[in-house]
Amino acid sequence: MTPRIVELRQGLLKKNDQLAAALRLRFQDAGVFVVNLVSSPGTGKTLLLERTLSALKAGGGRPAALVGDLETDRDAQRLARAGVPVRQIQTHGICHLDADMIERHLDGWDLASHDLLFIENVGNLVCTSSYDLGESCRVALLSVTEGEDKPLKYPGIYNSADAVVITKIDLADVCEFDRDAARAHLFDVRPGVRLIETSAKTGQGFDDWLAFLEERPQSR
Amino acid sequence: MHELSIAEALVQHVTEAMAGSAPYRVTRVRLRIGLLSGLAADALAFCFEVVTRDTPLEGSALEIESVPVAIRCDPCGQIVELPEAPPLRCPRCNQASAAIVRGKELEVESIDVEDEIQNMTRSEPAS
Repeated sequence: MTPRIVELRQGLLKKNDQLAAALRLRFQDAGVFVVNLVSSPGTGKTLLLERTLSALKAGGGRPAALVGDLETDRDAQRLARAGVPVRQIQTHGICHLDADMIERHLDGWDLASHDLLFIENVGNLVCTSSYDLGESCRVALLSVTEGEDKPLKYPGIYNSADAVVITKIDLADVCEFDRDAARAHLFDVRPGVRLIETSAKTGQGFDDWLAFLEERPQSR
Repeated sequence: MHELSIAEALVQHVTEAMAGSAPYRVTRVRLRIGLLSGLAADALAFCFEVVTRDTPLEGSALEIESVPVAIRCDPCGQIVELPEAPPLRCPRCNQASAAIVRGKELEVESIDVEDEIQNMTRSEPAS
């Protein structure tokens, strides 16, 4: 028997993309700006976020956060110390957040009472890049301890970023971090991307970071 | 490793597309996977074998077409394929561009389907 060919021509993430598009509308209707933070594990997402939430709250902002990890709610506990609503998403082994997980964890949450929602993604530079979460903008982190050529090794995620935050800049000299090389490599995968150097430890660069958030930069 | 999630999505896409049809068996699946999609073809093939068990896709051949990266180069005014990426630079004029037009695909293109004939023992696919 000769098989017949059935044309499908469908994106394998179509369901996620549709759900993300619906979430995006929901966020817009609620007037909440959503930032998807992506990086490898240990880049400093949680500390950056801890400090960011505290600063925003002190400035009269109404931020909230969703944080994804494979296991434990340790990060949610840390972030909750900033005195803002935080929810933990435990993926139990799944290496990325997807739009469905976001939707389920928004249950019963009054989005309109917040102006900024941060989604701290699972620490992973590969799988996270394919999943739209309905965010307004995607921010990738790169720490000075990781090596300047990381963007070349993981081009997909840095290409999809609307801004790149360089973290742990207080350690730049110790790590012999080459700023120019890092910038050149980032521009190789995402020409002209906005770069913000920060240290969540010393507070360096936080004015720039907060000013960036204040602009409400929309995704490409 | 999100190949498992992708393989599961693939089975779901196919079975939903075929919903309501007479008993069938899929013998071949054709995918288009961009080189910047971050998906490993061999890991996907492994997951595919696992998640297709006891489904109409069991034993089907997985054909993966790799899609090279292409960017839109404004100075040249055209779409340029990059034999090597990164860097995302036009090989003609060396201008960098973040406008990726191909290379991030995760698509199921088509499937080959055989109708199952009732009350006939199914021949096992050759391994």
